[in-house]
Amino acid sequence: MTTTLIVLIVGIVVVLTAVYISWRAGRLDRLHIRLELAQESLDAALMRRRAVVLELAGSRLLDPATSLVLAAAAHEARSAGPEEREHAESDLSGALRAVVDQERFRERLSESQAGRVLLEELDTAVAKVVYSRRFYNNAVAVTRTAQRRWLARTLRLAGHTAYPQFFEIDDNPPATMSAE
Amino acid sequence: MRIGIVCPYSWDVPGGVKQHIDDLAQALVAQGHEVSVIAPAADDDELPPYVTGAGRAVPVPYNGSVARMSFGFLSAARVRRWVRTGRFDVLHIHEPLIPSLGVLACWAARGPIVATFHASFQRSRAIAVAEPLLQSALEKLSGRIAVSDAARKSLVEQFGGDAVLIPNGVTVARYTEAEPLDGWGPDGATIGFLGRMDEERKGLPILLDAFRLLAAERPDLKLLLAGPGDEKDVYDRVPREFRDRVTVLGMVSEADKIRAYHSVDVFCAPNTRGESFGIVLAEAMASGATVLASDIPAFRRVLGEGQAGALFANGDAAGLAREAAALLDDPERRHKLAAEALVAVRKYDWSTVARDVVRVYETVTTSGAGRVEEDL
Repeated sequence: MTTTLIVLIVGIVVVLTAVYISWRAGRLDRLHIRLELAQESLDAALMRRRAVVLELAGSRLLDPATSLVLAAAAHEARSAGPEEREHAESDLSGALRAVVDQERFRERLSESQAGRVLLEELDTAVAKVVYSRRFYNNAVAVTRTAQRRWLARTLRLAGHTAYPQFFEIDDNPPATMSAE
Repeated sequence: MRIGIVCPYSWDVPGGVKQHIDDLAQALVAQGHEVSVIAPAADDDELPPYVTGAGRAVPVPYNGSVARMSFGFLSAARVRRWVRTGRFDVLHIHEPLIPSLGVLACWAARGPIVATFHASFQRSRAIAVAEPLLQSALEKLSGRIAVSDAARKSLVEQFGGDAVLIPNGVTVARYTEAEPLDGWGPDGATIGFLGRMDEERKGLPILLDAFRLLAAERPDLKLLLAGPGDEKDVYDRVPREFRDRVTVLGMVSEADKIRAYHSVDVFCAPNTRGESFGIVLAEAMASGATVLASDIPAFRRVLGEGQAGALFANGDAAGLAREAAALLDDPERRHKLAAEALVAVRKYDWSTVARDVVRVYETVTTSGAGRVEEDL
């Protein structure tokens, strides 16, 4: 009688623990998926911003000096290694601010149809960098907290997934297109 | 894009969040998106074609006020079915921390989910108790939007993580046409104010001081005030002989608010600080009023550094009086500023705000993200 009871209780505890652990693992797994998607959309947003800036630089709508500033910054950002990436993207934000906040820049560019289209695309690209980076860093923070939990560390629930890193850049948009 | 929007508060009760959702949904539809809204509503309520009812709302005290919300098995089942059959590309939940349809939707769905936080809130016992539950709902959000700095700040402080700021829009077309209030009308001598009268940062005392300076030399000058607050405090600040020239409307309906904007010659926004955007200013501009505002950064930006409205030095009653007098004496300049304002306010129209919201949707619906699905 007592042995059956003990076996029963041990059995229940084992099952409950297993359910709890697998729920935790599933939750962590979901966070990893969300993080991956956020990373993907951040990369896409940065790539798109570089592409729009390069197109603007090559559009012959700007004076050569401005074109050169933009092209150089976009090129630096594209060719930067993983170590310099945050730096280079911040510099690109800075270059964009310097260019777009020139007096009457928007008005001048809006004079042509091509300029209006590019300006609209640039607005979108800049806003999406701000949005996707913030969402990415949110995902990083949540995932970090989950990975640091005692259970996750002890049982290595995170598997081989690396401890995620925040992406810290200056992405302040030009004053005339401030997304916020 | 197929967009599912979740409204936490009863559809038949007017309110800020409900209005926001309705305006957003209409702007999204106008841009060619397919939108479905689910909201608490009784089955026999008259609803717009894009709204699905999730059952009758019940008044519940929560976080210091009473709101009409819906929850329970019936609502949970309806939300689940709506998620399953909706085949949405993105799910947009409003106020996911309110125990209503938002929490239910968070629970029933997975995939690209965006949430908008409207209210700012204090750390309360209720939130402390519910935190683990709410955290697991927050974990599912791929993108977070706050409508004000205050809402963003309380989110960051209470739950961590950040949000992007996309302020409320103004449906410009709703404000452009209206009759002045009975017995009122732009007569060249009326100054208006709208906002909380008892909140110091809205700056009403500065306007009252300026009125005292002006009233003596302008016998026909009148002041029209609207907004919540105690009218006794207002009259206490005005010398006895001028009191009959100050009219306090108190709280006004949405329709009367618009009529009030059309009843004044100069609309004054003397706010001293803390306005991240100033929806009141945008509404006044959309109504075609001439605006005179304090030169706080937010207002300077909205008014294009004085192009679309006059500015005075923040907190300076004498400066306000001087500028107001100049405007009242120059109808031509008033009309010019009002015309500029109508152009400038386009930037705050819902169509522009909806475009920013769509950018958020596009950010979270990358190729790998898939659709919104039922979470079993």
